[in-house]
Amino acid sequence: MNYKIENIKQITVTKPLKLDCGQTIKNFPIAYETYGKLNEKKNNAILIFHALTGDQFVAETNPVTNKDGWWNTAVGPGKAVDTEKYFIICANVLGGCMGSFGPKNINIKDGEPYGLKFPVITIRDMIKAQESLLEHFGVQKLLSVLGGSMGGMQLLQFCALYPDKTFSAVPIASTASHNAQQIALNELARQAIMSDPLWNKGNYYKDKKIPKNGLAVARMAAHITYMSDKGLQERFGRKLQEKKDYEFTFDADFQIESYLRHQGNVFVDRFDANSYLYISRAMDYFDLSKQFKNGLVGAFQKHKTRFLIISFSSDWLYPTKNSKDIVIALNASGANVAFAEIKTDKGHDSFLVNEPEFLETLKGFLDSNFEIFKNEK
Amino acid sequence: MKNEFKIIINLLPAQSRVLDVGCGDGTLIEALINQKDIDARGIELEENKVKQCISKGLSVIQGNAETELGQFPDKAFDFVILSQTLQAFYQPENVLNELLRIGKKVIISIPNFGYWQVRTSLLFFGKMPITKSLPDSWYNTPNLHVCSIKDFYQFCDKKKIKMDRIIGINNEKISSINRVNLEMKNLLSEVGIFLIS
Repeated sequence: MNYKIENIKQITVTKPLKLDCGQTIKNFPIAYETYGKLNEKKNNAILIFHALTGDQFVAETNPVTNKDGWWNTAVGPGKAVDTEKYFIICANVLGGCMGSFGPKNINIKDGEPYGLKFPVITIRDMIKAQESLLEHFGVQKLLSVLGGSMGGMQLLQFCALYPDKTFSAVPIASTASHNAQQIALNELARQAIMSDPLWNKGNYYKDKKIPKNGLAVARMAAHITYMSDKGLQERFGRKLQEKKDYEFTFDADFQIESYLRHQGNVFVDRFDANSYLYISRAMDYFDLSKQFKNGLVGAFQKHKTRFLIISFSSDWLYPTKNSKDIVIALNASGANVAFAEIKTDKGHDSFLVNEPEFLETLKGFLDSNFEIFKNEK
Repeated sequence: MKNEFKIIINLLPAQSRVLDVGCGDGTLIEALINQKDIDARGIELEENKVKQCISKGLSVIQGNAETELGQFPDKAFDFVILSQTLQAFYQPENVLNELLRIGKKVIISIPNFGYWQVRTSLLFFGKMPITKSLPDSWYNTPNLHVCSIKDFYQFCDKKKIKMDRIIGINNEKISSINRVNLEMKNLLSEVGIFLIS
């Protein structure tokens, strides 16, 4: 995958960052994008964290892929996250492949791409790496932080590390600790990538023969987990792909097969296989409760941040139980918390698609909190 | 706003910490925040009502009070409010114990089954009563454990729950209830509000 670097905004983080693995990095790039305008009082800024395979291009048209931004349903003029009202910042995560420091960057020591020499990173490292962005824009306190899935994990980590830097926070379809099933599914994806001979121990950048097949299978497996049983059945059922009867081959007879293959194929054009390994690993290492003496309750002690936790009834990847655990910890620590479970058949992907109940709830929360935040200052 | 809410607002000191259990669309919470600068939270079962609360900027969690009050620490709130819902729980006694655990004080209101209109409905017509505070028919009412003011009074007595104040509401009229006037007020009050601890 190649992209036009001129379309990507970057800052260079000069401050040395000691990673959880022990290594220290400095002078590394973090790519970002913004939407809307920062107002004079600088109290309308919202930081969005992207999920595993997302990037900084939240809204409008992604200038690299020429497709819609990944959260176009929620972010834009007049939308739930209204860019006419709010200033949106989103960074590509550390370890990513859309301009931030990641495994395909060139290692100045040997002039080669890092590959597996890139240090193993964590969600906490990602957050520390992004922090400079707030300084860059002169924002002392954000109106809100938003994030779904891995974005929600980053958000919780952000709130735990910098409790005074945001007025409100909305983790969506997320968790405070990756569980066995979530790790297992990530491991499945990693094994698919690593068992592709072209992966070549992460060393595939030079001759541009990327491990397409492995990465595509990883994406197909993941994609199934983003949808619900009922959602899949309603959309695809046993429908055949442009044919009247079975062909008695292993080609894509069923529409669902064809759909998954398509999802796999388009993904490999925009995503780096090593980034997938590194970022999914960071998710697996995520366990916020481990960072505090009192467990998860300790993470939010004496917090003034106003939380809205959202889950989706048919999400089996990050089920409501995960969100409720966050709510319980927040309540136990006396934090300010609202919680809603949205009834939907759209599975984990509900936060990315047009789900009116969800979008209305998000909009109501942001707009009312903006009023409270403005009056507080 | 209904009379009952006005009475509850008057009972609460400014800037206290309050949990409204079964908070509906958040009318009471909003009034508590705006009128008395109270740190008010809520828990509500219905998704649609939770959404309305969140859109008003209220800290309301979607959940079932019957099973989910355990997440709050002991004495987490100065006051816990339960407005005309106790009778709808499967195990009202357990819920009441939980309310008394998480709140220093509890305000409970009950639709009074001892109200004269309720009594006459059964006595003269032989039919389950339908009144302003008990508006549903027998087959679709959410109420499983209706009781009278006198029932709840005796219950508190038996369980050694301290009754700090009892207030009866009859239309616009509000009156204080005590041991002496209990029989009369049990007949004349449509709703009873108990401040207990």
